Amino acid sequence: MTLTVNTAAALALGDDALVLSHRLGEWAGHAPVLEEEVALANIALDLLGQARVLLSMAGDEDELAYLREERAFRNLQLVEQPNGDFAHTIARQLYFSTYQRLLYAHLASGDGEFAPLAAKAVKEVAYHQDHAEQWTLRLGDGTDESRARMNVAVQALWRFTGEMFQPLDGVDVDWDAMQTAWLESVGDVLRRATLTVPEGPRTGAWTAGAGRQGLHTESFGRMLAEMQHLHRSHPGASW
Amino acid sequence: MTAVTAGTAETTGAPGVSDAAVAAEQAAYEAVFDAAVAADERIEPRDWMPEAYRASLVRQIAQHAHSEIIGMQPEANWITRAPSLRRKAILMAKVQDEAGHGLYLYSAAETLGTSRDELLDKLHSGRQKYSSIFNYPTLTWADVGAIGWLVDGAAITNQVPLCRCSYGPYARAMVRVCKEESFHQRQGYEALLALSRGTEAQHAMAQDAVDRWWWPSLMMFGPPDDESTHTAQAMAWKIKRHSNDELRQRFVDIAVPQAEALGLTLPDPDLRWNEERGHYDFGAIDWDEFWDVLKGNGPCNEQRLSRRRQAHEDGAWVREAAAAHAQKHRVDKHHAEQHQHTGKHGEAQA
Repeated sequence: MTLTVNTAAALALGDDALVLSHRLGEWAGHAPVLEEEVALANIALDLLGQARVLLSMAGDEDELAYLREERAFRNLQLVEQPNGDFAHTIARQLYFSTYQRLLYAHLASGDGEFAPLAAKAVKEVAYHQDHAEQWTLRLGDGTDESRARMNVAVQALWRFTGEMFQPLDGVDVDWDAMQTAWLESVGDVLRRATLTVPEGPRTGAWTAGAGRQGLHTESFGRMLAEMQHLHRSHPGASW
Repeated sequence: MTAVTAGTAETTGAPGVSDAAVAAEQAAYEAVFDAAVAADERIEPRDWMPEAYRASLVRQIAQHAHSEIIGMQPEANWITRAPSLRRKAILMAKVQDEAGHGLYLYSAAETLGTSRDELLDKLHSGRQKYSSIFNYPTLTWADVGAIGWLVDGAAITNQVPLCRCSYGPYARAMVRVCKEESFHQRQGYEALLALSRGTEAQHAMAQDAVDRWWWPSLMMFGPPDDESTHTAQAMAWKIKRHSNDELRQRFVDIAVPQAEALGLTLPDPDLRWNEERGHYDFGAIDWDEFWDVLKGNGPCNEQRLSRRRQAHEDGAWVREAAAAHAQKHRVDKHHAEQHQHTGKHGEAQA
């Protein structure tokens, strides 16, 4: 498949939303409290809605979601990371929603092809970020156990955060400025939550930008196997 | 207190008089309650109600809430495998709604003087039940459609009359729940229709699911009328409006033409229209299976309850963190308000 520049960008952003939505969907029936069953499913649905719009800009949403193999997916390695405990899920949400909000706020203010989607999505993402922040504060500044778990989580996922600021062809953003704003925002939340702001490398499991090149972490293939199995078992069927 | 004691009290004095007064007051309350129920008025949380009415409602509403929560599991089982993004979105929204229904219903139960924690504890320890239907496994994607059509269909048949239940908070919760359930039911039907009209393999998948879910759905209406222990009292109190068998018949009458429209058959050789009764006759339900599942021996009882307990236990540290944070925050807020107060006071003095 030869991609035009904006198709590639639509795929990258669409894959981020699709994959994170899937991970959040795995929480259904397992959340620590009923209100979180509602909240996590709600965020998953928002992201799936974004994914469907973005993938449809790049082609047929189901063909793209269900018939590409691991090496053809363009999502960030961050969003494919397993849910882990609730702290890991929240840390992943904090990192990603902060990024997504900065990016969509910028895209919404322009007149590019992503502007209409971003204008709608930025409202959803503001809610996601607020949810992640509130939980980061509760877990960080909660009990000794929750602080310890949250510190482990923010540390463990930190190395996947550099990838978000690798320039994406077709998306006109000052990536360095966005990275600075992200570091400030996330650092501020972590400090308010009495957590340690990680200092390690942020280059991902391979190199920064690896997920965008179709180089993923090992759990991702298994996730796709589950997601795609039924669709692939009935070629050409409609549902 | 007996009438004799009350009679004695009228003539002999102080301590007995209060007994008589209590009895008379009790009778007066009872009369007001009975009149309200007879007049189809709503009983509200602050109204007096017989203890047995309260206990019966707590039992029923709790069981209903638990069913929403346990009922998330068989469907959530397919979220990660849904075959198209549209179906995945529909299923996620549905499971989310179920959690929301659980929340409404626990709130309704709490108006009767219990708490969600207490009820969840009873669910986890097996002292309160949930609908027997959720002890059956979802083995194929078509089960998601069959649950939407049959299980939600049966639930709606049960719940629509509950919108007129004598207890206000429960009736109002049912209005909201039924609106969303009807939507889910239509989506389930539509998902099955797509399968039925799809490839041969899809059609077979749909038929197999309907074959497996039909009888358990009929069991959702509960035991036959002559074996239902709660029905007579619940109907007298206008908690229930129709008997189990009446509702079951209503459901069969609605489902048969829908199955025909779907192009699927129902697994009952005795199912046929009875001109004389103006209803469908249907075959005998396997009540042994029903009681067995209710006793905890169904295919998924153990798994459903373990999963629920596990989620609760795994989440304990999160709930503790939220409580600890709220406690600290409350103190902070209190201080902030005091400072603000002092500040204003200071300004006023200056």
